[in-house]
Amino acid sequence: MTPNGLLQIAVYFALLVLLTKPMGAFMARVFQGERTFLHPVLAPLERICYRAAGIRPDSEQRWTQYSASLLAFSFVSLVFVYLLQRCQGWLPLNPMGLGAAAPIAPDLAFNTAVSFTTNTNWQAYSGESTLSYLVQMAALAVQNFASAAAGVAVAVALTRGFARQQATSIGNFWVDLTRAVVYLFLPLSLLSALFFCSQGVIQNFAPSTKAVTLEGRPQVIAQGPVASQEAIKMLGTNGGGFFNANSAHPFENPTPLTNLIQMLLIFVIPAGLTYTFGRMVGDQRQGWAIFAAMAVLFLLGVFVLYGAEQSGNPILARLGLQTAPTATQPGGTMEGKEVRFGIAATALFATITTGASCGAVNGMHDSFTPLGGLVPLFNMQTGEVIFGGTGAGLYGMLLFAILAVFIAGLMVGRTPEYLGKKIEGKEVKMAMLALIATSAAILLFTGAGAVIDFAKASYWNAGGPATANLNNAGPHGFGELLYAYSSAAANNGSAFAGLNANTPWYNLTLGLAMLVGRFLIIVPMLAAASRLAAKKKLAATTGTLPTHGPLFVTLLVGTVVIVGALTFFPALSLSPVVEHLLMLQGRLF
Amino acid sequence: MPLTQTPRAAGGPAQLLPKKLSHARPLFDPEILRRAIRDSFLKLNPVRLLKNPVIFVVEIGAAITTLLLARDLATRAADTAFNLQITLWLWFTVLFANFAEAMAEARGKAQADTLRKTKSDSAARRLRPNGTTESVASSQLRAGDEVLCEAGDTIPGDGEVIEGIATVDESVITGESAPVIRESGGDRSAVTGGTKVLSDHIRIRITSNPGETFLDRMIALVEGAQRQKTPNEIALNILIAGLTLIFLLAVVTLQPFSQYSVSAAGAGAVPSMAVLVSLLVCLIPTTIGGLLSAIGIAGMDRVMQHNVLAMSGKAVEAAGDVNTLLLDKTGTITIGNRQAVEFLPVPGVTETELAEAAQLSSLADETPEGRSVVVLAKEKYGLRGRELAQHEAHFIPFSAYTRMSGVDIDSGRLRKGATESIAQFVTEEGGSVTPELREIAERISRQGGTPLAVANGRRALGVIHLKDVVKGGMKERLAQLRRMGISTVMITGDNPLTAAAIAAEAGVDNFLAQASPADKLNYIKKEQGEGRLVAMTGDGTNDAPALAQADVGLAMNTGTMAAKEAGNMVDLDSNPTKLIEVVAIGKQLLITRGALTTFSIANDVAKYFAIIPAMFMATYPALGALNVMGLNNPRSAVLSAVIFNALIIIVLVPLALRGVQYRPETAGALLRRNLLIYGLGGLLAPFPGIWAIDRLVHLLGLA
Repeated sequence: MTPNGLLQIAVYFALLVLLTKPMGAFMARVFQGERTFLHPVLAPLERICYRAAGIRPDSEQRWTQYSASLLAFSFVSLVFVYLLQRCQGWLPLNPMGLGAAAPIAPDLAFNTAVSFTTNTNWQAYSGESTLSYLVQMAALAVQNFASAAAGVAVAVALTRGFARQQATSIGNFWVDLTRAVVYLFLPLSLLSALFFCSQGVIQNFAPSTKAVTLEGRPQVIAQGPVASQEAIKMLGTNGGGFFNANSAHPFENPTPLTNLIQMLLIFVIPAGLTYTFGRMVGDQRQGWAIFAAMAVLFLLGVFVLYGAEQSGNPILARLGLQTAPTATQPGGTMEGKEVRFGIAATALFATITTGASCGAVNGMHDSFTPLGGLVPLFNMQTGEVIFGGTGAGLYGMLLFAILAVFIAGLMVGRTPEYLGKKIEGKEVKMAMLALIATSAAILLFTGAGAVIDFAKASYWNAGGPATANLNNAGPHGFGELLYAYSSAAANNGSAFAGLNANTPWYNLTLGLAMLVGRFLIIVPMLAAASRLAAKKKLAATTGTLPTHGPLFVTLLVGTVVIVGALTFFPALSLSPVVEHLLMLQGRLF
Repeated sequence: MPLTQTPRAAGGPAQLLPKKLSHARPLFDPEILRRAIRDSFLKLNPVRLLKNPVIFVVEIGAAITTLLLARDLATRAADTAFNLQITLWLWFTVLFANFAEAMAEARGKAQADTLRKTKSDSAARRLRPNGTTESVASSQLRAGDEVLCEAGDTIPGDGEVIEGIATVDESVITGESAPVIRESGGDRSAVTGGTKVLSDHIRIRITSNPGETFLDRMIALVEGAQRQKTPNEIALNILIAGLTLIFLLAVVTLQPFSQYSVSAAGAGAVPSMAVLVSLLVCLIPTTIGGLLSAIGIAGMDRVMQHNVLAMSGKAVEAAGDVNTLLLDKTGTITIGNRQAVEFLPVPGVTETELAEAAQLSSLADETPEGRSVVVLAKEKYGLRGRELAQHEAHFIPFSAYTRMSGVDIDSGRLRKGATESIAQFVTEEGGSVTPELREIAERISRQGGTPLAVANGRRALGVIHLKDVVKGGMKERLAQLRRMGISTVMITGDNPLTAAAIAAEAGVDNFLAQASPADKLNYIKKEQGEGRLVAMTGDGTNDAPALAQADVGLAMNTGTMAAKEAGNMVDLDSNPTKLIEVVAIGKQLLITRGALTTFSIANDVAKYFAIIPAMFMATYPALGALNVMGLNNPRSAVLSAVIFNALIIIVLVPLALRGVQYRPETAGALLRRNLLIYGLGGLLAPFPGIWAIDRLVHLLGLA
C-alpha cells in the first residue's frame, strides 16, 4: 500500500463522513413531510404527481397495502421495460436501428427488465450494441430512479416501525416514492449530470462515430445520452452502465475527479440514511452506530482488497518482474485496472460498488488477485449491508441488527429489545426468512449451475453444460459462477465477467435470483416493520442492552461477518480461497 | 392501606441468589440419573422429536447413515469402520440432547413425587345444611362445600376459613416447620389442602374441585405436564430452526460444488454421504438445540427451589424483564414493626427519668413497640424491669378511644401515647404541656419517625422516638437492583414525610405514600404506559387487581385466595423480599439461553476448519493450509469434530441446569463479560478440544 493510495482512501472516507449528516438531516425532513429549502421549487411538482395519480398524501397504509403497492408498482414497471425492449425496433430515438432486424430475445428482455426494476442492473447485454436511446432513457433510466426510490421507501417504512408506537400503519408507499424521486434523486441527478458533462461525459442523440485509428483501422465510437444516465446510475446504486465497459469507459468516467464524485454518489444516500434513521427514531447515536458498523466493514474490505492488489502476484515477482511501487510504476498488479485510476482508486471503487448494491465497475473484478476478488464476493454475500443499496443497505443492516440484538440481548438477562421494541418470534421469523431466501438463491442456483448439463445447441444453453459458459477453469471458473448468482441475489449487478450469461438458462435463473433477492427481503421487512410499529416502546434503563456504543458496533459487525462466513465458507473455500493458496504454490487459472 | 404479613425472617445478606437452598437437590442424584437415561431412549421417537427441529435433523441424519452403513455391510464396502463410528456418534448426539431434557424433567418429576405422597385421600367432615356433619372422602368435596376441621385433622381441600382461628402446619407445602395462624376474615383466611390443623377448630368453605387444588396444580407444574413454550423460547426456536435450514442449504449445495471441483481438478472424490451429514450435524446449532428445553425447565425448577411457585414459564421470563419493583415498606424494606431508638426528654427532665417512666409504662405492653421501649431502656440505661407486684400496679391498656396506655403505681400515673392524647391527659391532670414537647415530636415526625409522648401525671416528661428499622442488607440489595437498571418503589400507608425519610434511608428510588390499593393499581398502569414492566407482591384481596395488572405478581401463600389467583407466582414462604430473587432467576434463565446460543454458533468456525480441508484435501491439497489444528488425517478430523459436537452437549448439561452465573451489573458490563466468555470462548474452545480428540482418536487407532 502506498501513501498516495492510503491518502486517496482517507480523503474519500472523510468526505463521506462529512456528507452523512447534511444528507441524513435533509432526508429526515423530506420523509417526515417537513419543509426543506427545495420545497418552494419542488413542492408544486410533488402536488402535481399526487393529483395526477389520485393519491391522498395524508392517508396511511398498513404493511399489506404498502407491500401490495410496491409489488404492483414493480410489476407494472417490469412489464413496461420488457415491452419497450421488445418493441424498440419500431420506436423512435434509435439512430443505429438496434433490434430492428431481430428483436431482443424474450429471455434477455425478461432478464434486463427484472434487473432494472429490482435495482440490480445486471447486464447480460452490451448497452451500445443492444438498446436504443429510447429504451436506455425511458425504460432503464426511469427504473434507475424508481427502483432506487422504492428501496428508500422501504427503509423509511422500516424506520417508522421502530419510531412509532402502537401504530397500525407504516406510511404511504406512493408518497414515500414520490418524495424520494422529487426531492432527492431528481435535483441531485441533475446537478451531478451537469457536473459530469463539464468533465467530458457525453450527452447526445448522435449515431455512433466511425473513426480511423492511427494504425489505419476503422473504429466505431458509440454515442448517446450518457451523462443523464450516469448520475442516477451512481446515486441510485443502480450501476447499469450505458456502455458495456461501464465506469471504466472514458465517456462515462473520464477523470479521477469524476471517479471520486461517482464513488461518493454511490454511498451518499445509503450513508445519509443511517443519520435519517437516528433522527427518526429520536436517538442520533443509534444512527451513528449503524454507520460505524458499516464503516468498519467497508474499511476492512478496502484494505484487504487494496492490500491484495498492491502486493501483486507472487508468480510475477518470482519471474523477476517489478511488483513494488516505484516513482514511475504503480507496482502491484495493474491487470484489469484503468491507468487513469490506478490501483487504490480501483480497489476503492470495487469495494464501494459491491458494498453498496451498485454494481458499476471501473475495473475488471475478474482480473483481480484471488483475495482481491474475494472481497467483492463476500460483500455481496453478506447481503450488501456496507452502506448498501439506497434503502436496501439500511433495511439489510437492520435485519442483522435484529438478529444480533436477539442473540446477544438475551445475554444481558432480558428478553431482547432494539430501540425499545421487543424482538419476538415474528420479527425473528421475518429476519430469518429474508436471510434464508437470499442464501438459498445464491447457493441453490450456483449448485445447479455447477452440475446441470444441456445438450449442445439446446435452447437453454447452446454451449452444452452450464459450466461451458465459464471462461476460466478450476476454482476461478467456479468463482465466476458463484459471483454471478451472488451479484444477482444481492441485487448488485456487477459482473465478475468471464461468464457468458446471455443464454436462456442464465437469463432466467439470474432473473429469478434477482426477484428473490429483492422481494423476499422487502416483504418480510415490511411485515416486521408493521409488527414493530404496533408495539409499545419500552423505557431504556441501565439494564437495557445499549445499542449505540462500540460494543454494539463490534457485535453487529461480528454478526454480519460470522453469519456470512458460516453460510458461504464452503463455497468460498472452493473458489477464491483455494485459488489464492494455489497461486502461492505457483498455479494460475 | 395495603398491609402485608409480617415476614418470618429478614432477607439474607446482600447476595442476590442465596447459595444454600432448602429444596436444592444434588445435580446428579442416582435415582434421577437412571430415570433420565431411560427417558433419553424413549425420546428417540421421531414424533416426539419433531418439536425440536435441530435434534430432529440430527436424527434423520443418523438414520440415513445407519441405512447406508447397513448397505455397506451387506456389500462389504470399504470404510465401514469409519462410517460405523460416525453413525454411532450421531446417535449419541441425539441421545445426549435427549438426556439433557430428560434430566431437567426428571428433577421436576422427583419433586412431584414427593408432593404426591402428601396427597393422601383423607376423610372430611362435611356440614349438612341442617348443621350436622357427615363423613365423606376428601376427593368427593366440591367447591362450595363446608367442612369442619379440628386439631390433628388434615385439611381436606383448598378453602377459606369462614369461622374460627387455628394454628396450621403447612410444612408439606412450604417446607417450613413453624406453624402458621389461619383465621376467618382478613388476609390470613386461605388454607391449603393437605396441610394439618395443630390446634383449635375451624370451619372451612372449600374453594376448589378435586384435581384442581393448589397441590394438584403444583404437581402438574413441577412435573412439566402443562409446560408450554414461552414466547422467547419460541423466538429462539425459530432462530435456530432458520439457522439449521441455512446450514442445510450450505451442505446440500456443497455436493454439486465439490462435483464441479473434483472434475475441474481431476483429483479426489466427492465427499461421502457420511461426511456431508457429519458436516451438517456439526454446523447446525445442536448445542443450544439440545439444551434449550432443559434450560427452561431448570429455570422453573430453580424458582421452585426458592419455594416460589410460578404459574407459567412466561412469568419467570417476564421477571427478567422487570424495570420497576413495587415493594411494600412494612415487612419488605423495614422489619415490620417500629422500634424505640431514643428517649428525648423536655428541659428539666433527665433522660434516665424519662427512660424509667417509659419502661414502667410499657412493662405490660405486649406490642412489639412496647417491648422495644423496655429493651431500649434496659440496654441504654441499664434499667431492669422491676417487680411491679409490690407496687400495686394497675395497668391501663391501649384503647383506640384514648390512644394511650400506661400504668398507675405508687410513684404516679404514667402514660405514653400520641402527643395530642398526652397533652390532653396532662391538661386534665391539671398541668400544662411545654412547647418543647411539641417541637421534639415534630422533629421526630420530620425524620420519618413516630413520636410517643410520655407523661407522669401533670408533668410531660418527653418523647420516645419510634423508628422504622430498615432490614439489614436491604440498602445493598436495592443498590444492586439500581445497577441492574431496576428502579424500586416503596409502597406505604405512612404520610409522605415519614415515607420520604424511610425511602431515603433505605435507598429506594421512589415511594408511594398513603397508598390505597387503587393508587397502587394506577401507579402500575402509569409505569406500564411509559413502557416499563412492573413486579409487585401482595397478599390481600384488595391487592388482587394490582397483582393481576402487574407483569409479575408475586402473591404470598399466607394471603387470600383472591390474591393468589390474581398473581402469576406464589411465594410459599410468604417472604416479599423474594421478589428480588425471582427477578435474578428470570435474568439468569435468559442469560443462559443467550450464552449457549452464542457459544453454539461461535463453535461452528472451528468445525469448518476441521472438516472443509478434510473434505477437499485430495482434490485441492493446497487447502491443507486451512488445517490449522494440524489434525492427523481427513477421517480423524471429521470424526473428532463430530465427537466434540456430541460431547459438548453433555459437558454443558450442568451449566444448563444450574444456569449461568448472574451478577448484578449494568447491561453493558454483562454483555461484555458474556460475549468474552461465550462468544470469544465459543470461537476458540473447539480448536484445542477437537485437536485433543483427534490425538486420542489417532492414539486409539480409531481413524
